[in-house]
Amino acid sequence: MMARFSRFRLRGLVFLAVVAFALPLFLSNPFHYGLATQIALIAGAVVGLNLLVGFAGQISLGHAGFFGLGAYFSAIMTSTYGWSAIPALVVGAVVVAIIAWVVGRPILRLKGHYLSMATLAVGFIIAIILNNERETTGGPDGMPVPPFDVFGWELSPFSQYSLFGMDIGGDLAWYLFAVVVLLVAVWLAQNLIDSPIGRALRSVHGSEVAASVVGVNTAKYKSLVFVISAVYASVMGGLYGHFQGFITPSVASFDFSILLITMVVLGGMGSTIGVIIGAVVLELLPQLLADFQEMEMVLFGLILMLTMIFMPKGLLPTAANFVKKRRSKSAGGDA
Amino acid sequence: MTALVEVNNLSKAFGGVHAVEGVSFSVDAGQVYSVIGPNGAGKTTLFNLITGLYTPTSGEVKLNGESIAKLEPNQLAERGMCRTFQQMQICMNMTAIENVMLGRHLTLKSNLLTTLFRLPALTRGEKAAREKSAELMEFVGCGEYVNTEASAMSYGALKRLEIARALAAEPNVVLLDEPAAGLNAVETAALEDLIRKIAEQGITVMLVEHDMKLVMGISDRLLVLNYGRVLAEGTPEQIRANPDVIAAYLGG
Amino acid sequence: MFSEFLQYLFTGITIGATYALIALGFTLIYNASHVINFAQGEFLMIGGMATVSLTAMGVPMLLAVVLAVVLAGLLGIALQRLAIAPAKNADVVTLIIITIGASIFIRGLAQLVWGKEYHVMPNFSSDEPIEIFGAVLNSQSLWVLGVGAVLVAALVYFFTRTLTGKAILATSMNKDAARLVGIRTQVVLMLAFMVSALLGSIAGIVVAPITFTSYDIGIILGLKGFVAAAIGGLGSGMGAVVGGLALGVVEAMAAGYLSSDYKDAVAFSMILVVLFFMPRGLFGAKVVERV
Repeated sequence: MMARFSRFRLRGLVFLAVVAFALPLFLSNPFHYGLATQIALIAGAVVGLNLLVGFAGQISLGHAGFFGLGAYFSAIMTSTYGWSAIPALVVGAVVVAIIAWVVGRPILRLKGHYLSMATLAVGFIIAIILNNERETTGGPDGMPVPPFDVFGWELSPFSQYSLFGMDIGGDLAWYLFAVVVLLVAVWLAQNLIDSPIGRALRSVHGSEVAASVVGVNTAKYKSLVFVISAVYASVMGGLYGHFQGFITPSVASFDFSILLITMVVLGGMGSTIGVIIGAVVLELLPQLLADFQEMEMVLFGLILMLTMIFMPKGLLPTAANFVKKRRSKSAGGDA
Repeated sequence: MTALVEVNNLSKAFGGVHAVEGVSFSVDAGQVYSVIGPNGAGKTTLFNLITGLYTPTSGEVKLNGESIAKLEPNQLAERGMCRTFQQMQICMNMTAIENVMLGRHLTLKSNLLTTLFRLPALTRGEKAAREKSAELMEFVGCGEYVNTEASAMSYGALKRLEIARALAAEPNVVLLDEPAAGLNAVETAALEDLIRKIAEQGITVMLVEHDMKLVMGISDRLLVLNYGRVLAEGTPEQIRANPDVIAAYLGG
Repeated sequence: MFSEFLQYLFTGITIGATYALIALGFTLIYNASHVINFAQGEFLMIGGMATVSLTAMGVPMLLAVVLAVVLAGLLGIALQRLAIAPAKNADVVTLIIITIGASIFIRGLAQLVWGKEYHVMPNFSSDEPIEIFGAVLNSQSLWVLGVGAVLVAALVYFFTRTLTGKAILATSMNKDAARLVGIRTQVVLMLAFMVSALLGSIAGIVVAPITFTSYDIGIILGLKGFVAAAIGGLGSGMGAVVGGLALGVVEAMAAGYLSSDYKDAVAFSMILVVLFFMPRGLFGAKVVERV
């Protein structure tokens, strides 16, 4: 029984790895790779947000703020101060963790609409600061970001590399790197969920009262998951900046915060693979809608409303339910 | 011998409503102590006061001689007090066994490092917790639901699950708030056996109940509340014979 | 010195009145249905944009205003019937995303119909600024304040003296009980959204000559109105008005005396302060959780 359980556990991760590594067979040009890489990085941030929203049942309408902070911190440290990327990402994560902890303690005492307001406000304040401090951040026009480097060895989408003797382009190399990062992010998240800490987090969502009477310090765990999800966003934001080579304050915007949380809800809160699917769908949607040009906004808004109304549990859980019902119908006849 | 739970002149008012007024009693270790009274008598409020969910307007509660005034419910759990709820508080987003394993929270030592990287210390702890939790589910009589989603379980099974979770925390005293509510005669008899088994393990049990047969059958002592005040306190025989209680409440 | 202060005060009260009207719209919908309507700001936008484009087509101003307001009202009803009602018992996050989706949808439609440019609406009355103690007051500001006051008075009358208004209040306090006494809660909900949309659109029209209008002004104004409602206490009408005015004045003062770059940050800082120290807001109700 134990062995079966742990195989079950990593099923999603294996599925993701297979799909992600097989994908290059179907991709052909730098634009595709670029989009896929971008999706992988954003998906990583969404996996972190899912811990907070899907598993612990909290709300954050300002998560892009942490993503943006991570992006700008790494950008500034590597370009203005000449740091190497990895220390910049690590220190950035620590800084964001501290900010998230300080801000989180009073905010997480709030619930429902009040919590959503508070996180909204924090996100906006971060975005406004990034927008206004021209000297440090370049202001609304944004700033260039040096390529990612591992203590001097650069990873750029525009260079050529050799892997196992084969010549691969920088765009494929970056994609593979992003996939590995995403897989690690998912692995860590799955480990967290299926553990005493994970159960404590999920109990905050399930029943805070029940949790507290068996000894769970719910305030501490809410804070913890808030910080962890902020760190996820920060690291992914930093990598995103290095990959794109240029960032603007839009990476911390309200619009992006909403996009992130929609990916969580659309994919299926509490399903790690589900939210990755959510990220894929919502990142691909504008590409598909680009042909409709002016109708893009109208269609996007319409799709958001329709999916939330008719599939409130999210894409993956709704699909899984549908399959389950189909199976029981064919197996046991009509109920 | 100091009582395990001591309640001194406890009062709780919600605006103009005096839900609990001037209640005093004590519970010794190892006893099965029941609180009875008509609906609205303040029984659940009393439990909420004792378990730290409400702050008293006046008076105090002591656990093992220590005042619980400044303690949060999770801190009370650390000191050996656990409870179930009249309106069940089950985490429907987890499986049955995960709910019980939640009760093992205080006994499991884990930190972020062992958790994130799934180090052997964590997997060992998880395996032990899982075994213990499955045992407890057997003990309370819902062992067949181990991997079932809590949302798919029946009412009666969930009530037993909540008791399993409370026991998983290895408490010295467990407070059961109307555990027989909604159960039929057969299920109630099974519950009576369960409470006896729990008491045999040396765990102090406090009970809020309406089911007279159950209460009279297993309690060492009873507290009768009426309109937030203590009407009577004593052994089942004393209470049965008490004219005030008979007048106010007992009909059969 | 004083004239400077007065200047900021006038600006603050004017924009504050706008925030107050938006906040009232939020409060109305929140009270009736416990939904935070992120599309609230779009009603403002529709009011202003529709009026501008109708007058540009030659429609007389007064008629244009009426048509724009009616359009917004219909949009409010449509929002409730087509987007909120079908979602039934969805949880908070889902409802938030639905209204955000509605906001994007409406903005998209506006962009299709009216394009992306800014439009200007002329002052209702004179373009001559009024001078008071050295401070300059735009005559349109008086319109904003006047219309705002009239609307608030009308709402107070509506809720305290009319049966329909009382029905809305009853529904917000206890939906099931209201239904049991024969109040048609579905109709009440539609009404709440409609009135909210009317409020927003009128506010949008009246403030358009001061702030310009374009397809995307709804977002930030809507958010600030939301903040104002929360500062005053979600669910309190008086709170919405006080919150709105307070926000407007503090924002103007901060922009004037401290930094105009950080003007927008004022609203969000204020809401954090309120949420940390007075989570229910200035006039909000206390909620007790029963276990």
